[in-house]
Amino acid sequence: MNALKSETLPLCTDQDVLRIRQTVRTWMIEQTFNMIEQTMMVTASSELARNVVVHGGGGSARLELLADSGRQGVRVTFEDKGPGIADIEQALADGYTTGVGLGMGLGGAKRLVNDFEIGSEVGKGTRVTITKWK
Amino acid sequence: MDQIPINKVGDFLLVSLQVDMDDHQALLLQNDLTNQVVKTHAKGVLIDVSSVDIVDSFIGRMLGNMASITRVLGANSVVVGMQPAVAITIVELGLSLATIQTALNVDKGMALLQALVNKATNEGRYERLEK
Repeated sequence: MNALKSETLPLCTDQDVLRIRQTVRTWMIEQTFNMIEQTMMVTASSELARNVVVHGGGGSARLELLADSGRQGVRVTFEDKGPGIADIEQALADGYTTGVGLGMGLGGAKRLVNDFEIGSEVGKGTRVTITKWK
Repeated sequence: MDQIPINKVGDFLLVSLQVDMDDHQALLLQNDLTNQVVKTHAKGVLIDVSSVDIVDSFIGRMLGNMASITRVLGANSVVVGMQPAVAITIVELGLSLATIQTALNVDKGMALLQALVNKATNEGRYERLEK
């Protein structure tokens, strides 16, 4: 799968979370995703970006424009070198919270996108990849 | 970073959330609104979210908190003007926002608040009559 375009942004502050939301929105509009698809992708990105800042001690987000057998997609990879997640299944369950949200972060973000991948190692960090196809 | 303005309209407060609100601004607003409800003796709060293009779990929690806090202080809150795409995303995300009262727009929200105030006033009157 080829990335037609990519961009990496830092994720350390509230302002960075805002910038990710704006950048993902711009990419989604450029690819003519409809309003609901845009909103779902931006919301999922906001959840994951905040996780990086609040729990991961900062990191980065990489946006990629993908082309795969005639369809196009926007993929965003969130990466941090934070404490990692010991029990991913538990973290994906609705209602799981460490206190900043409503416990809908990871599981909720997963429902808003087409592809969702998560990898985490305790003490090393976490990487979450989301993709919206059209 | 701009502070989000809170305007007094009659007995109510009107807050219009802005497009690009970061988490810090959201928390500041929560405090501001709490202080303003006490200071102005507002009977209700209208939270206009028509310019808000996403509500994630943090913003959702903030809306719920603002509604709960103002209620404790004797003012009902109504969230108005939510965009359809935001509403669909909230449900898909799994936020219930069960504690939040909503209305389609500012006018309907204002009418709802007025009805709640009237109801409370009437109930107060009946209680006094019964005694």
